[in-house]
Amino acid sequence: MKRGRDTAALFIAAGLAVVGAVVLWDSARLADLGGYSGLGPASVPRVVGFGLLGLALWTVIAALRGEFPERPAQNPAPVLWIVAGLAAQLMLLHAAGFSIATGILFAFTARGFGKRNMALSLSVGIALSFAVWCVFSQLLMLHLPAGPIEQLIFRRG
Amino acid sequence: MDAYTFLLQGLATASEPAMLLYALIGVTLGTAVGVLPGIGPALTVALLLPVTYRLDPAGSLIMFAGIYYGGMYGGSTTSILLNTPGESASIITALEGNKMARKGRGGPALATAAIGSFIAGLIATLLLAFLAPSIVKIALVFGPREYFALMVLAFVTVSAAFGDSALRGLTSLFLGLALACIGIDQLTGQARLSFGVPDLLDGIEVTTMAVAMFAVGEALFIAGQRVRQDDEVTAVKGSVWMSLQDWRRSWKPWLRGTAIGFPIGAMPAGGAEIGTFLSYAAEKKLTKHPEEFGNGAIEGVAGPEAANNASAAGTLVPLLTLGLPTSATAAIMLAGFQQFGLQPGPLLFATNPTLVWGLIASLLIANAMLLVLNLPLIGLWVKLLTIPRHWLYAGILLFATLGTIGANPSSFELGMLLAFGVLGYVMRLFGYPIAPIVVGLILGPMAEQQLRRALSISQGDWTTLLQSPIAAVLLGLAALAFIVPLILRARGKGEVLSQMAADED
Repeated sequence: MKRGRDTAALFIAAGLAVVGAVVLWDSARLADLGGYSGLGPASVPRVVGFGLLGLALWTVIAALRGEFPERPAQNPAPVLWIVAGLAAQLMLLHAAGFSIATGILFAFTARGFGKRNMALSLSVGIALSFAVWCVFSQLLMLHLPAGPIEQLIFRRG
Repeated sequence: MDAYTFLLQGLATASEPAMLLYALIGVTLGTAVGVLPGIGPALTVALLLPVTYRLDPAGSLIMFAGIYYGGMYGGSTTSILLNTPGESASIITALEGNKMARKGRGGPALATAAIGSFIAGLIATLLLAFLAPSIVKIALVFGPREYFALMVLAFVTVSAAFGDSALRGLTSLFLGLALACIGIDQLTGQARLSFGVPDLLDGIEVTTMAVAMFAVGEALFIAGQRVRQDDEVTAVKGSVWMSLQDWRRSWKPWLRGTAIGFPIGAMPAGGAEIGTFLSYAAEKKLTKHPEEFGNGAIEGVAGPEAANNASAAGTLVPLLTLGLPTSATAAIMLAGFQQFGLQPGPLLFATNPTLVWGLIASLLIANAMLLVLNLPLIGLWVKLLTIPRHWLYAGILLFATLGTIGANPSSFELGMLLAFGVLGYVMRLFGYPIAPIVVGLILGPMAEQQLRRALSISQGDWTTLLQSPIAAVLLGLAALAFIVPLILRARGKGEVLSQMAADED
């Protein structure tokens, strides 16, 4: 499948090069106490860093020759809905508690998969998350952040 | 004492009522989650890890064993009843199994898969039990350099040997190795790649990364697909019992599948579904009904299913005896051990034989439970298959984040879940394999430690790595596993290799 230049793959190569460079830059500031082995804490990161730079170069070559496989067509909107859901859960987790934050994630994910009735999916999500919270924090003793809903029913800190 | 005595003791441990209950919960949860379309064994194990957080080590590992085997069974049900199999491990099963189901022979297809999985699981678990002591004996003479060579071999086979591109496999592996460097250096205590963020000092959590890659990445990928195939569940009509002729046509493929699958699983070449692939090819060649292949031949379900389960048990050989995970699923299992501070390997057999042998024995018990549970409950599994997609994936993400929050209730950890999820999405989009990054993350620090130990012993002399015959042979094999596929691909024979690769498991 020879195609033209693959711009997206060139971005990947650039990303790999950046990661490789960061790894090398970080390893440069470590005091390399090789000891008996001659290998210190910076040695393996150095190998990995140069490896990533090499792979970046290889990716550039593959991209220029168009050797990357065809990508399935993607709709950005559903992907963004789910990412937004995860971000919302992350930000609300401690303020609103597990059930509300995870319920929002649930509703946004369902929206991403084409369920438009947000009122329904939000209530299903919060109810389900609350049930999960009860089982896991009360029975299995996991620490799951509690919010208004949880505190209303289980009066504990 | 020999393996037989140990196994009997293990059975005694595993048949305590509490342990039986854990195993039962494990197989039920494992099957229920494994049945859900798009969830392979690796994700099943990762999603259910939080359930075991607060149990004692023995109970937790026994539940884990049940989850692992249950996930494998669940996957085969999906591939028979659904026209679009989610996980690559079951593609071969779907080839014939779904055809059988459409012809109204779904019952016998499920039965031959279940019984074949049982027989393969039984034989392979017994082989594991009887091989383990001798491998442990060999492993005890392994020094750091032999371990390092073994890990290099695992790196190469997981990343470069199979799949359609050595470049993408190696890129995935090196990203995993780079992530593995994050945190405090084990030998000198210096912080690496942590950029002053205290949350990074402990390194990247393997379970967070695995859940993000498999659950979040997969959900994003499926959600974004423009062409959406509609899953169609084929109803099971008629009896689930196999006719006499079905039995006659199934038993040999079961045994052949087991014989093919187990050694392949046991070799440090995980990630590859060569077992199912070879078994299918063998059955196609040996069958007396060649016209049925492609239209629902029972041998094509029986053989690959047995091979699939046998290689799953085979993967446990290097994991338990050497502490070497050779697949994404095994890497997550290793993380499950590590949460209790246990390191699988030869020492665990010496220091905690009750635990190890209890685990092996509980695999036998889980296997038997699955046979009993599976066929009668088939109606329930079919119901699970018909859950609409939007609820299904919403639920998957709920549980994926639950696991992360349960392990570490911090927004930072969730941020990593999101970041790795997006990374997993991009990797899927561009055809990068997922298993190497997970294996790199968990094996990277172990390989580094062994290398530094080996060179400390030799006082910095690198030739020490080749002076041990075992290490030299292993490194030679690793070189071959890297070079031969490159040549094959250059000559245009790469399709065979990419067919043998799997996204996970």
